[in-house]
Amino acid sequence: MSPPSPSVLPLSSTNPTNPPLLSLTGIVKSFPGVRALRGVDLRLDAGEVLAVLGENGAGKSTLMKIIGGAHAADAGTLAIDGQERRFQSPQESRAAGVAVIYQEFNLVPALTAVENIFLGQEVTTGGFVARRHEREQVSALFRRMGVDVDLDEPCRRLSTAQQQLVEIAKALIHRARILVMDEPTAALTSHEVEKLFILMRELRRQGMGILYISHRLEEVFTIADRVTVLRDGGNVSDCPIHAITRDQMIERMVGRPLDQEFPSRRVARGGPRLEVSGLRRGKAVQGVSFQVHRGEILALTGLVGAGRTETVRLVFGADPRDAGEIRLDGQVLDIRSPRDAIEAGMGLLTEDRKLQGLVLRHPVRENFSLPNLRRWCRRGFVQRRRERSELDRYIAALRIRLSDPEERVGNLSGGNQQKVVLAKWLARDCEVLIFDEPTRGIDVGAKYEIYLLLNELVAAGKSILMISSELPEVLGMADRILVLHEGRITGEITDVAHATQEQILQLAHA
Amino acid sequence: MKPARWLADYGMILVLVLLCAFFSAVTYSEQSPTGEAAAGQVVEAVLKAVPNGARVLVVASDQPGDAAFAARVERDLTAAGARVLASVTGEPRNAREALQKIQSAGGSMDAIAATRVAGGWRLITDLASDFPSLGSPRVITPASYRWPNFLKSENLLNIANQIAVIAIVAIGMTLVIITGGIDLSVGSLIALAAVLVAGFIRDQAGGMSASIGGMVLGCLLAILVCGAIGGFSGLMITRFAIPPFIVTLAMMLVGSGLAYILAQGQSIYQIPDSFVWLGRGADLFGLPNAVVLLLVLYALAQVLMSRMKLGRYLYAVGGNAEAARLSGVPVRRVLLFAYVASGLLAGLGGVIMASQLKSGSPTYGNMYELYVIAAVVVGGTSLSGGEGRMLGTLTGAFTIAVIQNGMNLTNVESYTQKVVLGLVILGAVLLDKLRQAR
Repeated sequence: MSPPSPSVLPLSSTNPTNPPLLSLTGIVKSFPGVRALRGVDLRLDAGEVLAVLGENGAGKSTLMKIIGGAHAADAGTLAIDGQERRFQSPQESRAAGVAVIYQEFNLVPALTAVENIFLGQEVTTGGFVARRHEREQVSALFRRMGVDVDLDEPCRRLSTAQQQLVEIAKALIHRARILVMDEPTAALTSHEVEKLFILMRELRRQGMGILYISHRLEEVFTIADRVTVLRDGGNVSDCPIHAITRDQMIERMVGRPLDQEFPSRRVARGGPRLEVSGLRRGKAVQGVSFQVHRGEILALTGLVGAGRTETVRLVFGADPRDAGEIRLDGQVLDIRSPRDAIEAGMGLLTEDRKLQGLVLRHPVRENFSLPNLRRWCRRGFVQRRRERSELDRYIAALRIRLSDPEERVGNLSGGNQQKVVLAKWLARDCEVLIFDEPTRGIDVGAKYEIYLLLNELVAAGKSILMISSELPEVLGMADRILVLHEGRITGEITDVAHATQEQILQLAHA
Repeated sequence: MKPARWLADYGMILVLVLLCAFFSAVTYSEQSPTGEAAAGQVVEAVLKAVPNGARVLVVASDQPGDAAFAARVERDLTAAGARVLASVTGEPRNAREALQKIQSAGGSMDAIAATRVAGGWRLITDLASDFPSLGSPRVITPASYRWPNFLKSENLLNIANQIAVIAIVAIGMTLVIITGGIDLSVGSLIALAAVLVAGFIRDQAGGMSASIGGMVLGCLLAILVCGAIGGFSGLMITRFAIPPFIVTLAMMLVGSGLAYILAQGQSIYQIPDSFVWLGRGADLFGLPNAVVLLLVLYALAQVLMSRMKLGRYLYAVGGNAEAARLSGVPVRRVLLFAYVASGLLAGLGGVIMASQLKSGSPTYGNMYELYVIAAVVVGGTSLSGGEGRMLGTLTGAFTIAVIQNGMNLTNVESYTQKVVLGLVILGAVLLDKLRQAR
């Protein structure tokens, strides 16, 4: 990647004695029944990256929406360059130089990068869009950013990382000076994350103020200058990055000292349970073979796009496979659909719980029952008493926080949603559980609970196949690690206790 | 269940009740009783006025129930020892003839038992001057009362009968819409089924002298053909991923065209009278058979959707097909079921319509798919799938029927009716959106 030239941004370097670029004081925001923010102060200077940390529900999203003009604060002031502002709409915020990049991108999938970047601000002559002019501007900007994005592809065909770059380019074209990024690295490969950080550093050098929200603490140390921690809608800490340790961060986020991040377990590995050999599908999966043993967590890792999710979808019958044999306890399985896999005793916790794991508009109860209805019904009728008692059991066991099992599952927090997905597979009593990014977008406290649960499952003799992009998680939880690269297994790490992240990354880049 | 959620699910029922109350209030008017109940009242009054051996003339007009009135009055009076000189049902002319016959026979009489309408005829009120020789009989009519025309039992049954076809077809449409699809072919399938059953009876089962078995066979055949067409749509949608809108639009044209071809563009009416049993008969507590069928089908559908595994699957597929598939739901089979059911029910609707009208014509069911969709949507089912209630659809169908009927009763012009109905559909969905936004 070539370093960007100095002219990416139309900014002058800022004098440190100036008023802060963005300052919030005493921001209060309530929703019916919830006090989301109870007096938050925040300061962002030009030319710095401020990390905002906090568990889910701490108020980060609400704060971000207030800065972006999507919500209006009930009390408190927001000032840019010391000048007080009250944003009534996202347009006003954008006009004041704020760009917010949400986790779910604001791109029209059918439009190209250029069309998306200029959407709503098209350069026109006599009513006609000056397409060539727009295109030249964008391609020049991409060159200066040092990135490669196809300008003619509709955005839905771009990778997640490329879509994110389009969002950043949109902010730059709109001359944003404050960039708010919500979990920008959640769906990126570590290589893409590195590239993103290089770009963020360059933007910072040119005087942009970047507000960076993340669950990934390692990254915070890499990129942030300062850290603000939110808990229960208020600030609990604001300090330079070098004045805080990782453990202190976690303690401040959860509000109690954390003994360890990954719970330990002691389980004897049993014989092979799930045996996969010669699995193939197009270019994504090119001959993958592995075994998962009884009482074992096998981690499948690698870069995004290495074929991890594709592999487990083939095992689960979610996609048709070109070739490959799947055995469970020595028996060859003829898996043609998820239904067959479930019948054989497998469960898949998908990477994207909102699109693939849950019916968001339906009640928790119905989501929980979906894979279990075949066993909980007699002559086609659902045994509702049994359904309800099973649900109550799992709500208690997994400590799912909800007011009413008839609540729409979409109203729950990310961690609780994930627990509902877990509950539905646990109730199915699957022998082999496939977890695709089980802790994505989940706060530290809920993560720990999920780790405990994984341990309990393997202790009960289940086999777990886990995909994770978070290398500390892989190293902390797995018994064995397989690394994939371009649809092939490029390495296996059996001595996890002595493995390092660098070792995995080496294999992942093969 | 919390009251708020109940209101959310069944708020439309409240609207329906309010509409009924409104139309009851505007159609509140003087009623002229007739039929057997009024007859008993008149007989009692006659016997009280002339206790022994009364000579009575019975007069009734030709409104529905009047014949029953006259027959009952004659029978009861005779049984009580009175003499019925004549019993007239029809127009004033008929009554005049009867009076002249009595006069020429030199008779006289004590009382005239009449319905309110007949009692108001000039002939009867001016009897003393026109037929002085008959004496001065007392004219006895049943007492009038005030009651909304809308709430008369004939009217209510009429509403139920008129909406039966739409409401039955709307069951299938609700299933399809809950899965996130749409079925535009139902109107055409109604026509096709009507033509098929009528044509089968005419050509295969012996026409006017067809046996019950033949007619039943014809009905089953018509319904099954429509179910097969629904299944074909379902296969196109599940196997080739063609959008339901397109597939069923095509089948709408195919179905309509087939109906015209089979009927050669004509109505088919060579059908025995007994064929109307399904559409016009009323065997159970005076409820029309079509309405009984409708209620049974809704009860079954409600149980299916709320209690059965298949119902859950239908909701899940509409709510998030991919999540459902990855949870082991046989998505294709579930979708196929919805379209087959929609086809079968459209076929049944066509058969009922043929029975109601005692003929089959390819013009039946024109635009019905839109009324059916309107009933489903007014009932609170979201076109985006995953949500909706069977009882909501029933309420929606009745809401539409009540509005139409109420406007007929209050003499709203038919063109205006269309405008009002359109706005009501829009208003109902708007209300639903506003409620959800809250």
